[in-house]
Amino acid sequence: MEVLFYTILTLCVLGVLAAVILYFVAQKFKVEEDPRIDDVEKMLPGANCGGCGFAGCRGLSEALVKNDDISSLFCPVGGSETMKAVAAYLGKAAAEKEPQTATVRCGGTCEKRPRTNQYDGAKSCAVAASLYVGETGCAFGCLGYGDCVVACAFDAIHINPETGLPEVDADKCTACGACVKACPKMIIELRKKWPKNRAVYVSCVSKDKGAVTIKACKAGCIGCGKCEKVCAFGAITIENNLAYIDPQKCKLCRKCVNECPTGAIKLIGMEPLPKVAKAAPAATKPAGEAAAAPKAVGGPATIALKASGSNPLLLVHPTKAVMESKAATSVEGVIVELKESGKNPLCLVRGKRAE
Amino acid sequence: MKTFPMGGVHPQENKLSRAKAIEVLPLPEVVQIPLGQHIGAPATAIVAKGDKVLTGQKIAEATGFMSANIHSPISGTVESVDMQLNGQGLRQMMITIKREGDEWVETIDRSTEIKRACDLDGAAIIAKIKEAGIVGMGGATFPTHVKLSVPPGKKAECLIINGVECEPYLTSDHRTMLEMGEEMLIGVEILMKAIAVDKAYVGIENNKPDAIAHLTKLAEQFKGIEIVPLKVMYPQGGEKQLIAAITGRQVPPPPALPIDVGAVVCNASTTYAVYRAVQKNMPLIERVVTVTGKQMKEPKNLLTRMGTPIQSLLEAAGGLSEEAGKVINGGPMMGRAMVNLASPVTKGCSGITVMYGADAERKEAGQCMKCAKCVSACPMGLEPYWLAKMAKKQGWEALEEQMITSCIECGCCQSSCPAYLPLLDWVRLGKQTVMGLIRARMAAQAPKK
Repeated sequence: MEVLFYTILTLCVLGVLAAVILYFVAQKFKVEEDPRIDDVEKMLPGANCGGCGFAGCRGLSEALVKNDDISSLFCPVGGSETMKAVAAYLGKAAAEKEPQTATVRCGGTCEKRPRTNQYDGAKSCAVAASLYVGETGCAFGCLGYGDCVVACAFDAIHINPETGLPEVDADKCTACGACVKACPKMIIELRKKWPKNRAVYVSCVSKDKGAVTIKACKAGCIGCGKCEKVCAFGAITIENNLAYIDPQKCKLCRKCVNECPTGAIKLIGMEPLPKVAKAAPAATKPAGEAAAAPKAVGGPATIALKASGSNPLLLVHPTKAVMESKAATSVEGVIVELKESGKNPLCLVRGKRAE
Repeated sequence: MKTFPMGGVHPQENKLSRAKAIEVLPLPEVVQIPLGQHIGAPATAIVAKGDKVLTGQKIAEATGFMSANIHSPISGTVESVDMQLNGQGLRQMMITIKREGDEWVETIDRSTEIKRACDLDGAAIIAKIKEAGIVGMGGATFPTHVKLSVPPGKKAECLIINGVECEPYLTSDHRTMLEMGEEMLIGVEILMKAIAVDKAYVGIENNKPDAIAHLTKLAEQFKGIEIVPLKVMYPQGGEKQLIAAITGRQVPPPPALPIDVGAVVCNASTTYAVYRAVQKNMPLIERVVTVTGKQMKEPKNLLTRMGTPIQSLLEAAGGLSEEAGKVINGGPMMGRAMVNLASPVTKGCSGITVMYGADAERKEAGQCMKCAKCVSACPMGLEPYWLAKMAKKQGWEALEEQMITSCIECGCCQSSCPAYLPLLDWVRLGKQTVMGLIRARMAAQAPKK
């Protein structure tokens, strides 16, 4: 009994002693940390994906709190809204960026891009890319071993077994850029995210000459320049036999899609424009006169019109809102109304009427 | 019998062409000469489309010290200087020449007469070697003049000639030593003079008893040249392994070089090329290439001009059969499988090995069972399973600490792995990435100085 008593007593005394020592040590070595860091961290998505350039959300919160100028810091996952909230809390000016999504710029499906050899090394794009050209004749295209899939922390990119190419689930994609870094062929690009995940992009990164590209892959960009000519917004440039659509300038007018002879320009989330049977007669009409509008059956109405000056025939696609306006009962009505008010009919392209 | 102290494997030798005398391959109609066929900066082309060139004429100049000249292997007209596909299917700058006859540059002595006396001094010899564009012909393609230029503060103590040819299947060095033994030994003498040493060892594995006997007999006429028979063990032909086997000295990890332990190593074929360059003014425009494979009709050793399409070498040896699964540039251990057979023979191409059927396929990889066979097989004392795992996880800093840059990419780990793991693939990726990071760091530090 006595033994038990002394044991308990000793333990209690030791416990109290340790508590006292720990209390004073904790006071002595207390690290003063800005409580705002914790608050900011709670506001961030907590994905710890590294898309901001820091190791995790904690790193970004520390930087956000410490730096006076936070315009260079951005959380791609939370986007502008989160950044606005954080900036409001900290009383600083936040950077604003459009929402983006990862885009895989290769259309070399198994069908379009025949295999020329079989790779049996480590199943990794980085390893294969360091060894040789890849299983097909295209030196620029997707290798399909899924380094991007491994890199994605959001389960937003997967290899489609039928095409052998990765596909991005734009709803899950946070534009953290992990897949962009993981791809040794630099095929994946972060592009502007349009509503309803719409997109128009050149699904090819081959810088080979047209003949070489097409030999390896039927879906490759041959750099013919047709899309560049048809683009009314100067969004398309051809460099090194490769077309590139600037996501900042592109208005999703989709004219380039029909022009592309190889189908390298991809259209996502929208119906393609109906193929216009060379509306050449309309083009010869005097400037300012509207051409006959080919109507897409069941789809949204399409207006073909000739813009003033030397512009080629332009195709624009008015949105629902425009078509519901009173003047839009007839196609010509929309154009006449716009012209009378001195507005450029091209403003229709953005789905808004210029006010 | 001597060998290196650590690791190594003994793969099946399959030296099918060991008894085949060197044959001269007919001249190719068109050659493609890559500008980057050596370690270091690619050479700069000094000819343009439409130029007429003679055999042996310089067509590309070394870009800086760590580079090598390139000479035309045939006479004819330059068709283009542009990007062409190499063996790996990647685009590379190449000079394409169409053959017209076979006219040589006049200063080149093409006679087979052996010329022993050499009255040049060391610097003149190195200059001649540099001019001839000689690089290591064992596969590493390190410019020979760089190797021979001993940096100040260091001293070469011995010359080691690499006649090991440990890679299975290949016999080009073996045949060179047998058929051009005397010329090669004169080459050794020239190299000894160039680096001012009085001792040279020729390391030969004892699976080539004929070459050992032949050279031992010839070496009696030369002073300071010793033929050293070595136990058969792969990768004894690795520079560091050979130094360890012959002198017992260990080369420290990179960036140390063999010269840090007083050794200069040169391949047997390179030594023969040195003889031809110094005594005969012959630039490096041809080499012996072994064309071999288990089902190859006639495995051969072909004396081939550089730039010859690999396809024509295969045809000379009987062509590819249906079962051919892989055509490898080099031997089966360190060579690289090719996807483009129209690609040319380069300075570092010691053999073309064709693998058939099941030999050509890798077995499906399983799980690492930590048996450590790769660790005991590694001749550099690394831990390949760990390096591969870390490369997969992209732990570059950890890889640098674990000396991944010491890896000589011999493939012992992969060939000894009972789970058939693609260890070397990952280690190679890790090594490349780490070396890239080190270079980037050095480049970032350089301006500060």
